[in-house]
Amino acid sequence: MTEAVLNAPVARRLRLPMGDLLPILTVLLVIVGIWYLGAIRMNAAWERDQAARAGVELTLPDLVTRTLSQDRPVLPAPHQVAVGLWEGVAGQAITSRRSLVWHAWVTLSATLAGFAMGTAAGILLAVGIVHSRSMDQSVMPWAVASQTVPILAIAPMVIVVLASAGVTGLLPKAIIAAWLSFFPVLVGMVKGLRTPDAMQLDQMRSWSASRAQVFLRLRLPSSLPYLFASLKVAIAAALVGTIVGELPAGATAGLGARLLSGSYYGQTVQIWAALFAAAILAGVLVALIGLIERATLKRMGLAR
Amino acid sequence: MIEAQGVSLTFQTADGPVHALKDVNLSVAPGDFVSFIGPSGCGKTTFLRSIAALETPTGGALRVNGMDPDAARRARAYGYVFQAPGLYPWRTIAGNISLPLEIMGFSRAERAERVARVMDLVELSGFGGKFPWQLSGGMQQRASIARALAFDADILLMDEPFGALDEIVRDRLNEALLALWRKTGKTIGFVTHSIPEAVYLSTKIVVMSPRPGRITRVIDSPLPPDRPLEIRDTPEFIALAHEVREGLREGHSYD
Repeated sequence: MTEAVLNAPVARRLRLPMGDLLPILTVLLVIVGIWYLGAIRMNAAWERDQAARAGVELTLPDLVTRTLSQDRPVLPAPHQVAVGLWEGVAGQAITSRRSLVWHAWVTLSATLAGFAMGTAAGILLAVGIVHSRSMDQSVMPWAVASQTVPILAIAPMVIVVLASAGVTGLLPKAIIAAWLSFFPVLVGMVKGLRTPDAMQLDQMRSWSASRAQVFLRLRLPSSLPYLFASLKVAIAAALVGTIVGELPAGATAGLGARLLSGSYYGQTVQIWAALFAAAILAGVLVALIGLIERATLKRMGLAR
Repeated sequence: MIEAQGVSLTFQTADGPVHALKDVNLSVAPGDFVSFIGPSGCGKTTFLRSIAALETPTGGALRVNGMDPDAARRARAYGYVFQAPGLYPWRTIAGNISLPLEIMGFSRAERAERVARVMDLVELSGFGGKFPWQLSGGMQQRASIARALAFDADILLMDEPFGALDEIVRDRLNEALLALWRKTGKTIGFVTHSIPEAVYLSTKIVVMSPRPGRITRVIDSPLPPDRPLEIRDTPEFIALAHEVREGLREGHSYD
């Protein structure tokens, strides 16, 4: 068994990158294929309608080219979304209101602020729950209840209430992001802080360790793998929370605003481009936490 | 060193009270190597934990170093070795051995000096920078013994420390433990399931039996302190092992 453990990383390193890439590319290809077929099918009705009105007969190749190059398609084709994304990112000055980078930054800053608030709240509550029986019984039900209320119902209230108090901009969105992101951190940290078993706690007792020493030297390090797993969920949730928070705000800035204005004006390409920008942003954020996780656990000797 | 008079411990459970210990009387002198042997449920671990103030007896008087067990624990009277090494995977071997010293507030220089000394004592010098998973089970348990020795407690309490190891590793560790005991002059309390292990190691063998947990026989070993592994084939050793087995039978441990 030991031998298998020791050899595992070597085997992984020796495998060609192509071997990992192939299944991913296959799935991507299938998705893109289905997407194109879907775009043709869904956009065809409008083209047929137009052709009937003009009294022209559409050949199949004509139909296909037209459905894939509409201005306001029901479902934009992948290349249209790619172009929309590219123009949004590279085609504008990043300070422009048409720049996706600018909108992404607006969303990102609120996401990070909310993520920080949510993580801090989650960790603090978890520490309290692990150390106090009454907190364990009183806080957890409310934490669960907070997540069962649909965020779409909460978000406008938070925005409106805070706006009437004169608080606008980043903070209301960050609060909604924190609302969604504290929960996974809380659950993960409670689980993580409770991983030390009876023997490890007895051991600490045999050394007459204080509660603070047990916390810092045993509970906290034991909980780190759980914390990182939760942080990945939490940062994605924070991004969703921020975007939802941008929808009812009158919507002038942020990826959520981009989605909303896109739907007002039937700019489906803009909606899809913003969607992909959000997805890419989420992917990058989760990957970033994964990197920090690997570096930390490696330094702690927990990654093998 | 350790004085127990009429010590009883009753756990209240849903199925009624469980008498883990009943009227236990025992006197352990400084430098003794005492083994507690008996079947599961005889209270041997409970008694060891009571000495360590990890359990509180419900009756009788228990004194450790002339103090009540809780005060003795705070005065660092004992080091406790559990069945599992319980090393922290995020600390190196040296870091693990240093852990109780950090908790007790030793200075950095003194920690380094003590860690080096006890690692030498358990023959782990040179492995300080390794992580626990890089060591074999036997070496991990040696590190755990070193950790219990690091703060110079007079008493070493060991709860089946070699129970999870194979026979050959166990023999070697028993030999090493005996050498360590002779060198340091510690008082050792040692819980085990194994008759040969108890006979080989101890100056005093405490035979216990279950329901209620009690001492059925205390046997003082006539074996010399210097014991090569081959001593296990001598008539004296075999006679002593027989006596322990008789004690177990007396307590209906084989029923």
